[in-house]
Amino acid sequence: MRLLLYLIAAVSLAACGSKHEETPRKAPGAPVVITAAGQVDALRRGVPIDKEASPLPMARVENFDRVRPVNYEMQPPTIPHAIDNYQLTVNTNRCMLCHTRSNARKFQAPPVSDAHYLTRDGKVLEQISSRRYFCVQCHVVQTDAEPLVGNRFEGLNQTLAKEETP
Amino acid sequence: MTTRRDFIRASAVGAAATTASIAVPARFAEAATAAPPTEVKWSKAPCRFCGTGCGVQVAVQDNRVVATHGDADAEVNRGLNCVKGYFLSKIMYGNDRLTTPLLRKKGGQYAKDGDFEPVSWDEAFDVMAAQFKRVLKAKGGTGIGMAGSGQWTVWEGYAANKLMKAGFRSNHIDPNARHCMASAVTGFMRTFGMDEPMGCYDDFEAADAFVLWGSNMAEMHPILWTRVTDRRLSHDHVKVAVLSTFEHRSFDLADIPIIFKPQTDLAILNYIANHIIQTGRVNEDFVRKHVSFKRGNDDIGYGLRPDNPLELKAKNAKDPTGSTPIDFDAFKAFVEPYTLDYAAELSGVEKGFLKHLAELYADPRVKVMSLWTMGFNQHTRGTWANNMVYNIHLLTGKIATPGNSPFSLTGQPSACGTAREVGTFSHRLPADLVVTDPEHRKHAEEIWKLPDGLIVDKVGYHIVEQNRMLKDGKLNAYWVMANNNMQAGANLENEGYPGYRNPDNFIVVSDPYPTVTAQAADLILPTAMWVEKEGAYGNAERRTQFWHQLVKAPGEARSDLWQLMEFSKRFTTDECWPADLLAANPAYKGKTLFEVLYRNGKVDRFAPGEVETGYANDEAAAFGFYPQKGLFEEYAEFGRGHGHDLAPFDEYHKARGLRWPVVNGKETRWRYKEGTDPYVKAGTDWQFYGNKDGRAVIWALPYEPPAESPDAEYDLWLATGRVLEHWHSGSMTMRVPELYKAFPSAVVFMNPDDAKARGLKRGDEVKVISRRGEMRSRIETRGRNRVPTGLVFVPWFDAAQLINKTTLDATCPISKQTDFKKCAVKVVMA
Repeated sequence: MRLLLYLIAAVSLAACGSKHEETPRKAPGAPVVITAAGQVDALRRGVPIDKEASPLPMARVENFDRVRPVNYEMQPPTIPHAIDNYQLTVNTNRCMLCHTRSNARKFQAPPVSDAHYLTRDGKVLEQISSRRYFCVQCHVVQTDAEPLVGNRFEGLNQTLAKEETP
Repeated sequence: MTTRRDFIRASAVGAAATTASIAVPARFAEAATAAPPTEVKWSKAPCRFCGTGCGVQVAVQDNRVVATHGDADAEVNRGLNCVKGYFLSKIMYGNDRLTTPLLRKKGGQYAKDGDFEPVSWDEAFDVMAAQFKRVLKAKGGTGIGMAGSGQWTVWEGYAANKLMKAGFRSNHIDPNARHCMASAVTGFMRTFGMDEPMGCYDDFEAADAFVLWGSNMAEMHPILWTRVTDRRLSHDHVKVAVLSTFEHRSFDLADIPIIFKPQTDLAILNYIANHIIQTGRVNEDFVRKHVSFKRGNDDIGYGLRPDNPLELKAKNAKDPTGSTPIDFDAFKAFVEPYTLDYAAELSGVEKGFLKHLAELYADPRVKVMSLWTMGFNQHTRGTWANNMVYNIHLLTGKIATPGNSPFSLTGQPSACGTAREVGTFSHRLPADLVVTDPEHRKHAEEIWKLPDGLIVDKVGYHIVEQNRMLKDGKLNAYWVMANNNMQAGANLENEGYPGYRNPDNFIVVSDPYPTVTAQAADLILPTAMWVEKEGAYGNAERRTQFWHQLVKAPGEARSDLWQLMEFSKRFTTDECWPADLLAANPAYKGKTLFEVLYRNGKVDRFAPGEVETGYANDEAAAFGFYPQKGLFEEYAEFGRGHGHDLAPFDEYHKARGLRWPVVNGKETRWRYKEGTDPYVKAGTDWQFYGNKDGRAVIWALPYEPPAESPDAEYDLWLATGRVLEHWHSGSMTMRVPELYKAFPSAVVFMNPDDAKARGLKRGDEVKVISRRGEMRSRIETRGRNRVPTGLVFVPWFDAAQLINKTTLDATCPISKQTDFKKCAVKVVMA
């Protein structure tokens, strides 16, 4: 199933003529691998401090438009597609082309939440609030890199969260 | 045309994916039908990451944090968080949390060359105390050192300061904040005689122009950037200027984008001063009444080891802080050579942009906020850069009023609150007092109820010097708390690692996670973090914020406060203080350090029962008194009535932080200005009361070249820094899967032309090599940073790619802060 999704994502990319280049998976030459006993820092992957091993292959941005679940309400969803070459400047916000309330249905994109239409003083606006203008401060892409260290966090039951939020 | 989304919608798999995405995870489904879960309790806390100091609401259920979100009642962020803040809930739950002390052992005994084995706290402290006593006996306190943190809570920094400066009689305590804002501190002290910004975040909603001097706020202070963005996009007249040595995300909002050659910011600053004078826009009344002028010593060296040729060559390497009083005319003549032509030639910036920038300051109608972090502070002339930006605000009188605000941002959550205000630097005592002033030492000894003459009168080793002294065998017992200095410090292989592994030395690292620094240690102590203890942080706008302990730390992990106080029980005054001092003060003889420092009738005066109902406090339970409150109230004595007034302890648990000085229950938003600062005398209008004459100092300081520049062999500038998703060395954020997956590895950001010229393409494995060492990484020619030819940018968050093997440990000679933005490297195919 997962593999199939990747395939579909890849095919869909090709279909819309994406400019994405294939990220090289391997550098030329044999990668340097060093591991030594007694290493406690998992982030260094067993490499002693005075040695340097080959860096991990460059991770690729997951690009299959599948909305990922959040840990609890009010956590910004991660971006399930590549955003290379998206213009996000004073004059242009490529993200809002699809995610603005008025366009979201047309592009099958989740619209930004109502909170994005509030000013710092809580006033409701027609347009997205300028304090929320730069989307990537809160919403980030996800690559296919496998985490080096797991995480035991368990999020608040979403039903409970609704009861808590007035 | 078929869009990508149309295609997915049309496919059955796409439909299945959509369904899967909204399915409730199994655990939640079970919880809904099984026994009702326990109550969820929400409490306030400041964010654990940067110096912005956003408020968050933390949900706790069954002794676990289950959610966090932006606190709508917090003035700083009004409900917003950045991506790190939104994933804050996960930082305590990395699978490799340390839950027991680990000691290097061989054959059941401590051995420097042994492997880490779990031990009890008793064994850990027994071995550690024996090692510290060995050093005390041989050298006294001068053999003992501590690397602290702008991430310590206020009382942890205060307890550590007392233990080192009074207990062990060693001033060799210095925070990682030295790497972060020491230049800001010395800049404030030289110009205003008093540390920390005069303005506050309210300036964001009042300014007409924002100038970023070497700060990528879009990634490093995202929530403050939302306030800049909000102001810029909702007010047409507002302008944003962004200065940097490469193009980054903050340029997306820039009206005046400026890429300058490294180090030439100094020339641009003097050009602006010259422009203000030459166009007749000096605020003469302000300057006459509130400003004095000084010329600083030039040719002051680069803070390298004293025998380095660059230091031997520098005229004023031994007296970098010296100065001569001058007048306005002398200053005018001093900056006159910094013409538009000269500044443009030196900096490589188009004249039009420079002039536009200068006009923001010169135009009396424009309220301007200058913002800076590491671009200024991590600079071999960092103190000067700070002084020089104040120059242009002082020449125009654009200071200490809403929107007119030279504003030094901070990188750590309590760089201001703990490192600076508590005075955990090697030269400082609380509330801007210094160890070199006999009156200051006496005042501290009185508040601490300790004998006269106890505190050593010499400045201790700063954090860069500590590494050098460990290597040289001068410092032999070393405790690292709440920092990852092996990864963070410059010139790792020559000046960092050797000292930790020097067989004469015993190195202790307290941390929640096994970091690079922990790996280099002999003893690792598992540490409670963030809401696993009661805490206080002070943010960049002088706002002191408290939180309660909300959950218990895992396993045997204990807070830094517990570790410091518990360890102090193992030493007596006779082991630490000279015999003549004890003979003159017999009441202190035979007492433990715990008794004289913390059981002193002040720190221990509040009962555990005073902890707010509904919250745990593991330290109060362990010691039988409420140490956080006792330490805070003793500490607050230093500042009350002296311009650093803190409110009573309990007030901070109610408020969303208060900006000091808090006088008669009221916080202060703009200091030094009559009407908004209660310390300013009526009729003075402005009063820079940190200086005895009430005047701020304009400094005549030149452009001088950096310590190392690219040449034929090492042909590229290297600048290091951060990315949005990771905070500092990544020990917390790299363990949050969403943040890790967003930016999993460091890369070398390189201009496509530079890559092509070297036969490199995106993704290639390369070696970054300097005169000091090398590291391996991959080339990135796209993405969020667009660097000019001749410069590479490498973030330092990645423990697997230690870029600090290549950096140079040159510092500002005044602030002793390392310049991480400028050294020479080459990049070759690996």
